[in-house]
Amino acid sequence: MNVPFIILAIITVVGTAAAMGMRNAVHCVLALTVGLAGVAALYLQLGAQFVGFTQIMVYVGAVAILAVFAIMMTHSPEPAKPPTFSSFWTVGSVVAAAVFAVLAWAIHSSSLATHTLPPQPEVTVQQIGDALMHRFVLPLELMGLLLTAALIGAVVIAMNHREETK
Amino acid sequence: MNLKLNQLDQIFVIVNHWLLGYLPPAVRPLCSSILSIALIIVTFALLFAITTVLERKGLGRIQNRFGPNRVGPCGFLQPIADGIKSLTKEDIVPNPADHAVHFLAPVLLVAAAFMAYAVLPIGRNMILVDLNAGVLYFFAIGSLMELAVFMAGWSSRSKYSLLGAMRAIAQMISYEVPLVLASIVVIMQAGSLSTVSIVNMQATYTGIWPHWFVFTPWGFAGFALFMIAATAESNRSPFDLPEGESEIIAGYYTEYSGFKFALFFLGEYIGMFATSAMAITLFLGGWSAPFSFLTWIPSYFWFFAKLLTIILTFIWVRGTLPRLRMDQLMNLAWEFMLPMTLLNLLTAGVWHFMSAGVLRWLICGAMVVVPCILLSRGLKQRKKFQVRKYHFSE
Repeated sequence: MNVPFIILAIITVVGTAAAMGMRNAVHCVLALTVGLAGVAALYLQLGAQFVGFTQIMVYVGAVAILAVFAIMMTHSPEPAKPPTFSSFWTVGSVVAAAVFAVLAWAIHSSSLATHTLPPQPEVTVQQIGDALMHRFVLPLELMGLLLTAALIGAVVIAMNHREETK
Repeated sequence: MNLKLNQLDQIFVIVNHWLLGYLPPAVRPLCSSILSIALIIVTFALLFAITTVLERKGLGRIQNRFGPNRVGPCGFLQPIADGIKSLTKEDIVPNPADHAVHFLAPVLLVAAAFMAYAVLPIGRNMILVDLNAGVLYFFAIGSLMELAVFMAGWSSRSKYSLLGAMRAIAQMISYEVPLVLASIVVIMQAGSLSTVSIVNMQATYTGIWPHWFVFTPWGFAGFALFMIAATAESNRSPFDLPEGESEIIAGYYTEYSGFKFALFFLGEYIGMFATSAMAITLFLGGWSAPFSFLTWIPSYFWFFAKLLTIILTFIWVRGTLPRLRMDQLMNLAWEFMLPMTLLNLLTAGVWHFMSAGVLRWLICGAMVVVPCILLSRGLKQRKKFQVRKYHFSE
């Protein structure tokens, strides 16, 4: 428990809490982005550069933009005023408490809580690349094939679009 | 003689160490970072000021008129006058605007633009942090700018701002794909995501010629694609639809005035310098000299010489090309740039596994040139040129 961790944890928790508590949908997305950036900063603080930057790129760069784009195209600019607490908040809080209890119990009874942690390994991008290229080469190739096929498929759809509309 | 030249090359590093020597060891890392950050901010803000004058004078020359020529010698003190003007102007925020988000947008934009400089090697040993995922960091930070653009457009509660933001985000997302794919060829060849090792790899010479990646078929194609995508990413002409003055006033920053407007201007230019600097790092050998007999000139001189050359090219392009239409813009990204970058990945792979020689040059050159010609011919043929029919105006 050091000072940077506490600061980042506060940013993450406040950001995600604000994402649930705010009334305006765009404010919620922006607050959620702060929370996700806080998680990325936590990864960086643990020395996981690759995961941290990928988190920023995917969640802040893609998911948040996708969300705000959807809101911008569908939502009316006047903020709606729904009640802050929904009608089934009691059920919701029971489920949330149950999930938290299960997770806390699992972590507490696992070996992590009793054993002292080994020293933090210095993981470079090189090592991640080696692991992807040797041990996990088949899943990587399959994912690459799938994503490239999706990309080319999107382009093909975009190319044919104009002829249909004419 | 050699030692003195080396000292000139490393003068900023030496001065930094000399200054830090006066401080207690506990605060040295913090002060070192603050000093370097302050130097980067001052240097690139100054470069921004110089670029605005150069751009206005250059565009004036292209359009057969005088540029700014009243303030100072040949008008070169114009940015100071502009700065004072924007600082003393009233800061108007529209009444229905979302005040907090409206205020944060320019701050986030400028902060994100400056953060990208952390991984750019400006000279030999002159880099803020040598991350081993440096290129990834650069693109991750670049995606923050899209969020700032959205915040500006949405929070203004203005139709023009919202339209501008939608155009800007659609464009930035579309061109981010070819931008990243075009730079992957360099990462494949260098086998590293660290900007320092990418530059070090290019700073070697055969005879007098450097090993810059731009001097290979895939490198040249990658550089061209990267620069086109970079122009679109920084919303510059001919891709400046998000701020097309004749259609949507100033796009996403229509409702900004005073120094906030100046901050948008600053953020845009700083972002453009950062992407150009990344292009220099990836393809043009970073701080390395163009010929082996010129290595005695300090490394930072070469970096800024290359940067200014790219900036002048940007100004030249802006003065030459007309603005694209929205559908042309999207078609260029998805139908031309994307297939070309994917093919370029293949070319880089073939280049890597063939032995050096003339045959490798011929095959890889053909792999770049033939698809480029065929694709542009094919795309041109599918277009039936005719009088455009406007469906919405009837």
